[in-house]
Amino acid sequence: MSQTLLEIKNLTKHFPVTQGLLWQKTVGSVKAVDGVSYRLGTGETLGLVGESGCGKSTTAKMILMLEPPTSGSILFQGEEVRSLSGKALHGYRRGVQAVFQDPYSSLNPRLRIGRLITEPLVVNTEMSKAQIEERLRELLDLVGLSHRAAHLFPHEFSGGQRQRIAIARALALRPRLIVLDEPVSALDVSIRAQIMNLLQDLQEEFGLSYLLIAHDLAAVLHLSTMIAVMYLGKIVETGSSHTLRTQPLHPYTQALFSAALPGHPDDQRDEVIIEGEIPSPLNPPAGCRFHPRCPFAQAICAVEEPVLQPQAGGSEVACHLY
Amino acid sequence: MTEPLLAVNNLQMHLFANRGTRVVKAVDGVSFTLSKGETMGIVGESGSGKTMTSLSILRLLPTAGRIVGGEIRFAGQDLLGKTDREMQRLRGSDIAMILQDPMMSLNPLFTIGEQIAEPLRVHRGMRGTGLFNRLKELLHGVRIPSPETRLRDYPHQMSGGMRQRIVGAIGISCEPSLLVADEPTTSLDVTIQAQYLQLLKEIQQRIGLAMMFITHDIGIVAKMCDYVAVMYAGKLVERAPMRTLFRAPKHPYTEALLKAVPRLNTTTERLWSIEGQPPDLAAVPPGCPFSPRCPVAEARCCRDTPPEFQVGPNHYSRCWLQEGA
Repeated sequence: MSQTLLEIKNLTKHFPVTQGLLWQKTVGSVKAVDGVSYRLGTGETLGLVGESGCGKSTTAKMILMLEPPTSGSILFQGEEVRSLSGKALHGYRRGVQAVFQDPYSSLNPRLRIGRLITEPLVVNTEMSKAQIEERLRELLDLVGLSHRAAHLFPHEFSGGQRQRIAIARALALRPRLIVLDEPVSALDVSIRAQIMNLLQDLQEEFGLSYLLIAHDLAAVLHLSTMIAVMYLGKIVETGSSHTLRTQPLHPYTQALFSAALPGHPDDQRDEVIIEGEIPSPLNPPAGCRFHPRCPFAQAICAVEEPVLQPQAGGSEVACHLY
Repeated sequence: MTEPLLAVNNLQMHLFANRGTRVVKAVDGVSFTLSKGETMGIVGESGSGKTMTSLSILRLLPTAGRIVGGEIRFAGQDLLGKTDREMQRLRGSDIAMILQDPMMSLNPLFTIGEQIAEPLRVHRGMRGTGLFNRLKELLHGVRIPSPETRLRDYPHQMSGGMRQRIVGAIGISCEPSLLVADEPTTSLDVTIQAQYLQLLKEIQQRIGLAMMFITHDIGIVAKMCDYVAVMYAGKLVERAPMRTLFRAPKHPYTEALLKAVPRLNTTTERLWSIEGQPPDLAAVPPGCPFSPRCPVAEARCCRDTPPEFQVGPNHYSRCWLQEGA
């Protein structure tokens, strides 16, 4: 096992729900992330899969320090991130970068590409103009864009090229970890493969770690070393992508697999189509949160909340069946 | 052989911009047939002309668009020769369409009951209890619980999956013989998508509907379709029965597209990627539009546009490599 780069322990994020305009009172809370723990090793990719509202993006935001967690801890290279300040905090922010889903809204349309990519360098380092120029050319080469691109504006590029620009910007400060929030879902199929290959190449070259958030199961399986499946703010199953591919245990994971569209007609699995919709995270079901939709639910599922238990195949599952 | 339900022959639809000085060949020589009860998928990347093909069939083109050639025959009638009034009578009644975004295709100011009732009132002249019973039946058919109360709800009171099912109910309300679904599930979550696709399949079997799926997702095709047409830069580059297309694609673009998708059951070290970008439709390269990105392109490919070659039963490919094959 490789060295742990990022570890989160029992992380929770509750958003208060308020009523009233002036004298607001809290009437409840949305438990967007509720006790999530995992570790991510150097050079590894952790894939977070789940449907909308399962808390995968909120988790990423907490790691990027865009949202303060309600409780729990985030350890980066063994250090508690929430207690960092000054230089150390600066270092953390440089070491963790992000690439977002929509390359149309994540790039400022009024800045030229050169400026967009080098802005983190100007803000965070004391590099000279010439050094920055050189780094810019290096970055453009890395992501496969021509040097000419530096003088153009974002609207002159296609979706795939914009995503390359976003990746170059994330790489500028030589980060250790990149949070990829649906990096390819806005792209066309033929471009998607280009970007996924680029991400893999960069990971190999620089020993980067990725936290990959996506709903496309096949893409996550393809890119990730480890996978965590989330449902309504909780991890229901985690394991290596190989174990999950061959032996998904949790009924929700199985349902996700059978609901995922096959890349080939021969890939079709047994249909475990689950009924119903995702319940509101405002008052999630008691016991196992998946039990109202679960085809194998028993009496105990409605009462007692299952915890993650290690299984024979090497994965961990939160389900009363195992 | 009986006449197919829908036959599109060499359809050409161009968009005219800048007072006709800039012509974009959005649909350029598309031909296919669709029989009763069959499901066809049109796959392609954004800007490949798949939506424009479907809009041409319904004659719902943007103002800049004009059909400049070809033929569309639906149930023995020539659709291009019809007047706007005649088309109006056909749309929603014999040919229905489901659009991508259920948020945009439902009117937020009317209850869903009123919106499902509209085509029934207009096309079938239904009123009163008969109409109400039909509405309940339709909602029941798309598995909306407690239909009586739900009929009085507004679109914002429903989730995305439910809204998309309402749109589906509107689509099938008059029991059309052809349903055109343009990316019907892109805004849905995977488990909801699976439910919806399952539902469409069931409805199709129940009422013998022919469906046309417009999608960028090869997975929907693998799951739903009997026949596939692959579009690239306004041209239909390959069409074949679904399994044939996956087993033995006969166009380099189709082949690359299939290899570019990660598989669920098997690990691939590295995905096959198609270099470059799809061409801008206003400046499609001469010859085969895929030639600049094609790994096996020859000199001829950059010069002459390949015609459709038949490579198997009901299997056609627009690639010079298939000449005489």
